[in-house]
Amino acid sequence: MSIYMLCLVLFACGLYCILRKRNIIKIIIGIIIAEYGAHLFFILTAYRMQGRSPIYSVEADIKNMVDPLPHALVLTAIVIGLATTALIIAIAMRIYEKYGTFDITKIKELRG
Amino acid sequence: MVELYILLILMIIGAIIAIEVKDMLSSVIAVGAAGLALSITFLILKAPDVAITQLVVEILALIILIRATLKKDLPFSATGRWFLNTLITVAFVVVFLVIAKRCLDDLPQFGQPLMRVAKIYLKQGLAKTGATNLVGSVILDYRAYDTLGEATILFTAVIGVLSIVRRVGRKKVGTEVKEEDE
Repeated sequence: MSIYMLCLVLFACGLYCILRKRNIIKIIIGIIIAEYGAHLFFILTAYRMQGRSPIYSVEADIKNMVDPLPHALVLTAIVIGLATTALIIAIAMRIYEKYGTFDITKIKELRG
Repeated sequence: MVELYILLILMIIGAIIAIEVKDMLSSVIAVGAAGLALSITFLILKAPDVAITQLVVEILALIILIRATLKKDLPFSATGRWFLNTLITVAFVVVFLVIAKRCLDDLPQFGQPLMRVAKIYLKQGLAKTGATNLVGSVILDYRAYDTLGEATILFTAVIGVLSIVRRVGRKKVGTEVKEEDE
């Protein structure tokens, strides 16, 4: 059970970074690390001891393939994660252009 | 399974370095190292498709992050309530971990997944969809609507990036700067 716990520690690192840091880039890095933890957790739940990857070949044995469903879900989630990260970084760069800082406590007036 | 533990601890160390180091460029590079270790972990856990995707996405995200942080270093600001803020955050994270530890006891043991849905995919996947790669058959046949929704989110995000990065109006034609994205 402790391998799940290590994975959750990785997620908690990202959570700490999101909650504590003031630099916007650091917050984005925290979001990325939390994403890593979540993806790794899904893949860990799919693993089967002495399993093989879910691809048929000539000498395939169906008995010990790993679970293909979380793989598909994580594959989707990784691509969406890249798109949202690009969106957040674009917003952060506009904030830097307008206010000249990445510090969220210095950004007083959030008007359009 | 020793290599799995080693890679996970390496990832946690990379994450802590990325969080705590003060130089932005070093921070971005540390998060890249954690991402590449994650890719190798996927390969060990028998998920080659996810490992390839993670590698490509990691490199793209690294390029975008470096573009954002280039020459924009910020002095570290620590004002009065530093200790209280850290205490509250650490307390919250510890409570989260304790609750998560109790939830983990209900999961099946590591290495023995339930696979109720996946049993059908494994049995009938080749006959029904004709794909030898079962992950491909799940993405493009059994759950194709998920992939359609993913493409929708992707293009919405790209439109958002373009509309944010675009300069206002069309007065200055020559100075329009396009942001790199997907």
